[in-house]
Amino acid sequence: MDAATPDSAQDIGRQAARTRLGMWAFLGSEVMFFGPVFFAYLYGRFMWPQAFEAASRGTDLLCGAVNTAVLLTSSLGVAVAHLLADRGAYGRARRALDAVVLLGLAFLAIKGYEYVQDWREQLVPGPHFHLQGAVNQAGAQLFYFVYFFATALHALHLTAGIALMLHCRRALRRRPGRPTLRRLEAAGLYWHFVDIVWIFLFPALYLAGRAL
Amino acid sequence: MSAHSDAAAVNADRAAPARAASYLHDGYTLWSWLSSRDHKRIAILYAVSITAFFFIGATAAALMRLELFTPGADVVDADTYNRLFTAHGVIMVWMFLIPSIPSVFGNFALPLMIGARDLAFPRLNLLSWYLYAGGGLFTIAALLLGGVDTGWTFYTPYSSVFSNTHVILTLAGVLIVGFSSIATGVNFIVTVHTLRAPGMGWFKLPLFVWAIYATSVILVLATPVLAITLLLLAAERVFHVGLFNPALGGDPLLFQHLFWFYSHPAVYIMILPAMGVASEIIPCFARKRVFGYRFMAFAIIGIAVISFLVWGHHMFVSGQSAYASMVFSLLSFMVAVPSAIKVFNWTATLYKGSISFTAPMLYALGFVVLFLQGGLTGLFLASLSVDVHVTDTYFVVAHFHYIMVGGAVMAYLGAAHYWWPKITGRLYPESWARLAALIIFAGFNLTFFPQYLLGYEGMPRRYHTYPPDFQVLNVLSSAGAAILAVGYLLPLGYLLWSCLHGRPAPDNPWGASGLEWKTATPPPQHNFDRLPDGSDPPYDYPPLQE
Repeated sequence: MDAATPDSAQDIGRQAARTRLGMWAFLGSEVMFFGPVFFAYLYGRFMWPQAFEAASRGTDLLCGAVNTAVLLTSSLGVAVAHLLADRGAYGRARRALDAVVLLGLAFLAIKGYEYVQDWREQLVPGPHFHLQGAVNQAGAQLFYFVYFFATALHALHLTAGIALMLHCRRALRRRPGRPTLRRLEAAGLYWHFVDIVWIFLFPALYLAGRAL
Repeated sequence: MSAHSDAAAVNADRAAPARAASYLHDGYTLWSWLSSRDHKRIAILYAVSITAFFFIGATAAALMRLELFTPGADVVDADTYNRLFTAHGVIMVWMFLIPSIPSVFGNFALPLMIGARDLAFPRLNLLSWYLYAGGGLFTIAALLLGGVDTGWTFYTPYSSVFSNTHVILTLAGVLIVGFSSIATGVNFIVTVHTLRAPGMGWFKLPLFVWAIYATSVILVLATPVLAITLLLLAAERVFHVGLFNPALGGDPLLFQHLFWFYSHPAVYIMILPAMGVASEIIPCFARKRVFGYRFMAFAIIGIAVISFLVWGHHMFVSGQSAYASMVFSLLSFMVAVPSAIKVFNWTATLYKGSISFTAPMLYALGFVVLFLQGGLTGLFLASLSVDVHVTDTYFVVAHFHYIMVGGAVMAYLGAAHYWWPKITGRLYPESWARLAALIIFAGFNLTFFPQYLLGYEGMPRRYHTYPPDFQVLNVLSSAGAAILAVGYLLPLGYLLWSCLHGRPAPDNPWGASGLEWKTATPPPQHNFDRLPDGSDPPYDYPPLQE
């Protein structure tokens, strides 16, 4: 905001610090945003341990595992894109962002396929909910409520992340430079956060009850 | 007041002819305001909108006090009464108190006080206001379509299963306003970290800045919990599956935990900025450095931290475990320690000061007295055995109104008068302002003190009728509300009048320390012609003469 010297190196450094701190503060908020979802999961896991384990075995482990790999790879892509842009290789940075966006879309597609399967298997909470072999249908339904709520919220965040990446990609093409790099770094932080949320969701939703 | 006119004379002599145009002259169209990224203009957008909401919420309260004038149901029926207290609560909490001091005076004064040209993210700041206004429209829509009857706490399963009023619309409004809070909080945090004037270390910040900083941390960390809780509630209401309905394997207590995890810290979102305002006004009009500056700063941080750990005291009778209640009770007592430090230090600041009872000072002193009472009755409520007796009675109503109205609204008005000359470039009529401050203080006590007695005698809250034994105290309370209404309408009148007819204000009408008084009145568009030096100690008033 120092109108007198908008281009000085010191000012650029300060703006970068500002954007970074702003994103970290926002991510602090985001952590608390997902907090109640995990809290709700813990509540259910303590209240209905058997039902939650049985319900968890009803999720599609293959899809979940593939998605974990897809998302982790996409995070690598973001890191690479930032590194390339930092070295001035804007064209290659854009191609890395292409890969990130495609992997993000692949994640959403796989997740969508899973939702369709869940719908067919009557796992969507509601009057038609039925988990085969589960003694406690109410507890299992609670699990699937948390499952759908958490994964949908995560998918929403991922969609926002994809939009951010597309925005950064366009900015890299139109006006490559420090301000764009700053934005890419902040967007990358956000992307990694969305990734980390999944790292916690995956074991909680897919792996619980599969140990034996 | 002699100090005030001396300072005015000095400033008039110094006034240079060639000055940058003030922010008020940077465009005159409505769009120049609605599209402004200037923190000072956005502050005024907030001021206008929250004032509108304040009077809507106050109207609901007035109707309730009218109904409670007599024991029977004369004005409204039970259903309407439920909608009235819900509208009053929702609007006053989310549309007025939460954004009040941070979004108006934090926005206006914080960048000036730390010697910055604007907030860190000016566009985000404008977006915050649009989110606030958008959320407000949802709430108004819910109100116009017939209102909500759940109470501002939206307790389940009533709100998720049984209520057939506009719950979803109201939830949407509160949710959107929440995002506005988060954006504002992030903006303030980054601004305080990165945009302080050269030489201004953390312990040279005015206490108002400390308070807004701590408030922002709470806004950023607590608001998302409310947002997601309301989303879970909405999902339960719409899809009839969920976490809070015992019939579906859920637990209503889970909702209460999550709701109060936000809503208790929310009280400190309201009171911390008010404390910050008192810490600006009292040293200024006692002409003394604030007593125990570092203790004051650490007390603010202490209150903010402990505020996250006391939510369970809202659930002493909800079926929470007795051990949890004991811990929450102890922690609630602990939050009184830093609060008491602040009250003692304000008092010590007054000691041997040359006090002038200007309108801002009257509001600040009123704040200290009323906050003290609200805080002390809070200790009653933090005690497990007493709380069982007075839960859901008018004792609780009186307690939190002493904090929120006696504390936060008094401080809001104090801040409005203190910074009014800087904001508008005009002086308000001092005698009218003092009269209004006294009327509000008297009206407030007459309204809410009888409610302590009513609650202690067992009158439950949220009913539109009551046994005739309670009538005398209720009549007193309603009479007080009428006086309070006059007190609130007065400033609206003379402050607006002063915009056009008030005497032009000098740069520093109060002779106050602080960087916001070192720039022109009203400030130029970029706040300072030259960035100021921040290395002076805060509250640089003459040391105490023995």
